[in-house]
Amino acid sequence: MNTDLLIGVLKRAVATGATAADGYLIEESAFGATVRLGEVETVTHSRDQRLSLRVFAGRASAGASTSDLSRESLERVVDEATSLAKVTAEDPFAGLPDPEELITGVPDLDLADASPALSPEEKIELARRCEAAALESDPRITNSEGAECHDRRARYLYATSHGFARDYATTSFGISVAPVATRNGEMQRDYWYSNARKRSRVEDPATVGRTAATRAVRRLGARKVRTVAVPVVFDPETAASLVRSIAGAASGPSLYRRASFLLDRLGTKIASPAVTIVDDALIPAGLGSRPFDGEGLSTGRTVLAREGVLESYLLDTYSARKLGMQSTHHAARDGSGVTVSTSNLMLLPGRATPSELIGSIKRGLYVTELIGFGVNNVTGDYSRGAAGLWIEDGELTYPVEEVTVAGNLLEMFQAIDAVGDDLVLRDRTAAPTLMIGRMVVAGS
Amino acid sequence: MTELARTRPESFFADRFNVTGGLLERVLGSNLLGRADDADIYLEYRVNEELQLEEGTVKKASRHVSQGAGVRALSGTRTGYAHTDDISLQNLEEAARQARAIADRAGVSGAVAVPSRGRPHDLYALAEPPLVTDLAKKLDLLRKVDGAARAADPRVKQVIASLTSEEVVTLVATASGWTVGDVRPLMRLNVTAIAEAGGKREIGAYGGGGRVAFDFFLEDGRWRRFALEAARQAVLKLGAVNAPAGTMTVVLGPGWPGILLHEAVGHGLEGDFNRKGTSAFAGRMGQKVASELVTVIDDGTIPNRRGSLNVDDEGTPTGRTVLIEKGVLVGYMQDRLNARLMGMAPTGNGRRESYAYPPMPRMTNTFMLGGEDEPEQIIKSVKRGLYAVTFGGGQVDITSGKFVFSASEAYLIEDGRVTAPVKGATLIGNGPDALTRVARVGRDLKLDEGVGTCGKEGQSVPVGVGLPTIRIDELTVGGTAV
Repeated sequence: MNTDLLIGVLKRAVATGATAADGYLIEESAFGATVRLGEVETVTHSRDQRLSLRVFAGRASAGASTSDLSRESLERVVDEATSLAKVTAEDPFAGLPDPEELITGVPDLDLADASPALSPEEKIELARRCEAAALESDPRITNSEGAECHDRRARYLYATSHGFARDYATTSFGISVAPVATRNGEMQRDYWYSNARKRSRVEDPATVGRTAATRAVRRLGARKVRTVAVPVVFDPETAASLVRSIAGAASGPSLYRRASFLLDRLGTKIASPAVTIVDDALIPAGLGSRPFDGEGLSTGRTVLAREGVLESYLLDTYSARKLGMQSTHHAARDGSGVTVSTSNLMLLPGRATPSELIGSIKRGLYVTELIGFGVNNVTGDYSRGAAGLWIEDGELTYPVEEVTVAGNLLEMFQAIDAVGDDLVLRDRTAAPTLMIGRMVVAGS
Repeated sequence: MTELARTRPESFFADRFNVTGGLLERVLGSNLLGRADDADIYLEYRVNEELQLEEGTVKKASRHVSQGAGVRALSGTRTGYAHTDDISLQNLEEAARQARAIADRAGVSGAVAVPSRGRPHDLYALAEPPLVTDLAKKLDLLRKVDGAARAADPRVKQVIASLTSEEVVTLVATASGWTVGDVRPLMRLNVTAIAEAGGKREIGAYGGGGRVAFDFFLEDGRWRRFALEAARQAVLKLGAVNAPAGTMTVVLGPGWPGILLHEAVGHGLEGDFNRKGTSAFAGRMGQKVASELVTVIDDGTIPNRRGSLNVDDEGTPTGRTVLIEKGVLVGYMQDRLNARLMGMAPTGNGRRESYAYPPMPRMTNTFMLGGEDEPEQIIKSVKRGLYAVTFGGGQVDITSGKFVFSASEAYLIEDGRVTAPVKGATLIGNGPDALTRVARVGRDLKLDEGVGTCGKEGQSVPVGVGLPTIRIDELTVGGTAV
């Protein structure tokens, strides 16, 4: 790891006029293979490194990043960032966290796979098995967008001009497939996947393939329904996207810009008592786990909402200072500086099984896919394209498509009547099946 | 970014990385050509500068450099791709070895690549490239934008304005011996206003840009117009009523609502999905897929537009491709791989986000030709419906054809008159039949201001759209008012 290189860059920044600086260096290598209809389609290899830097000139700051780590280029990047910092305005809230708050030891979160890497041929074979299982599982699966197997190895280093430097390594491994089902000229595609830090935790490729096929086939014969206000059940995948919207509205930058429907709502009821949302960065081998945040601060478990009451925002040092609060250690680095991101974000499970939730509904929609960007982060107004299955007398019946589901996120979370028991951490954000008492489904 | 980079990409890469044309030919020749149908090397050097104003001052400024090379070998339907961010002979050769491995796995199709040819265009040479402009002028512009948006209405409480300046130098060398470079400027000014009144808050956003110089924003007070638009939208939405829910007649205003075309038909007419037979439009060439009032074109050659390119990212000069002519499907957008496999000509639509990705068929500037109706007459022709003039993003399920796009500024139409503003709502339809219900097409074709970014399989590229005022009968509006 280029620890000396990053520290050298930070030293140069201070030597050329910056009052403080911090930087992040990511080194990664990745491989991906796609197989379509049994044939290899694309194989990609990559190796990248990227250094991002934040420099302060008193209370003014600027950011810079580069993938060119040659000495000449780094010197230029530092100089440009330092001169940019001199033209930006003073900001009393800008600055590094207090050095005393930085972590002293990096907890081992078991984020890197120690098992031997597979060869490209073995990874291609996994993608092939995944797609073959999808194609063989049902005669109506007639085509495929392909299956993919990918893995990635990365190392993250954070350092400050005060001399702090810590790093950690991660790996990830995943397979996915998108089969196409056909009947009477109608085509439906769906998708399934399994990702994990370690290969041994990734689901069997054939299981992933069969799940994807089942999802595609059950969409055949989909139709529009009449416009109606009914209870709506979100499956775990679509429910997770609702939780993501809550986290977006609870993040520091949205709040200090007054662009959030959760502004001034700390300590108030924002959801039904069935809802508890937690962000936990320390789950061993978790896909979103990180031993420290993008400013070198220790990470942990944050309860966003407890039994419906908003308990915490998600803050980095800057947004916390602006809001007169403490950082919740959710800083993440992007190219231009520091932003806020979640780690492993979950809505905790309830007691009901998904079929009990569906069984409790006389007439409603079970949503399995959402498309589009119809979420207003300022008002919470929500309107997205949806596909799924119609619920009639407590049973899933025919597939539904070309409808929208609409409401307001605050009202929707208040109207979560029941939470499923089926939480699985398949991704960085996860939720169990959720039932919302009433939403408008627009169709014909 | 140096003068050499801006004027002669070939010499730039030779000078900076010792990567000469002869060396590229050698890598392509020795390692890749063997059994591959086609191969290329893509070099890229990108500098990007972002300035952001909030709370009245520019507190965020950043500059990013990225560079790298991608080596690709194509064999039948197979693509081997390797990239490195360290451009050197040794790394190019290693990338070539990795890319070639796929071509060695037999199953060669025998189809031969059509060599790239034709002269690249010269669509965006600028007297003052974006990164040359003095920072002080840019900072001053952002402060003026802030002042104008705040002065527009006392209810505007927050303004966020950003200016992005980018220059990208590319060089493509193909196995057929064609080497071509491009220098691509790109600028964008964005304004977000947040208005508050009576305990309500709303957001308005507006912006634009293109492959233009800084002065573009000063022409005709463009920056002021962007600022006022963002403020107007935010204030307007404070008084918006719930959007209707259900199927109704929708009138789309000119310009950015062209995102309808991008989602409803554009993606479905990209070569890859049609070769694989996974597009809702697959096998429908020559068939009627829209009303006869509808002609849709993808044109990468419009000077200074955000979606325009002199050559695409595999070295093919861009063109003007008619996709739908008077309602009939007549063309696909192609990259070299899919064109070869479908026995068609590449159309200059092979694009990639950066050197880190292989290219695929993508749109450039996609628009519908104007018709004969007066826009006011189109609105008058509607008894009850929705008039939507500004949109956020959209998305499509290419296989089922279902697409959505979200209106951020829309009004009710009652008895032929535009009445109350409504809250944002997503519109949903089915690509292969939505355009068959286009009943009126206005004479007011307008291209968007230059804000579009299209995402596909994890890759983002700048695009443009355009539309005249049109009336679509029966589109589903996803509001909450039942």
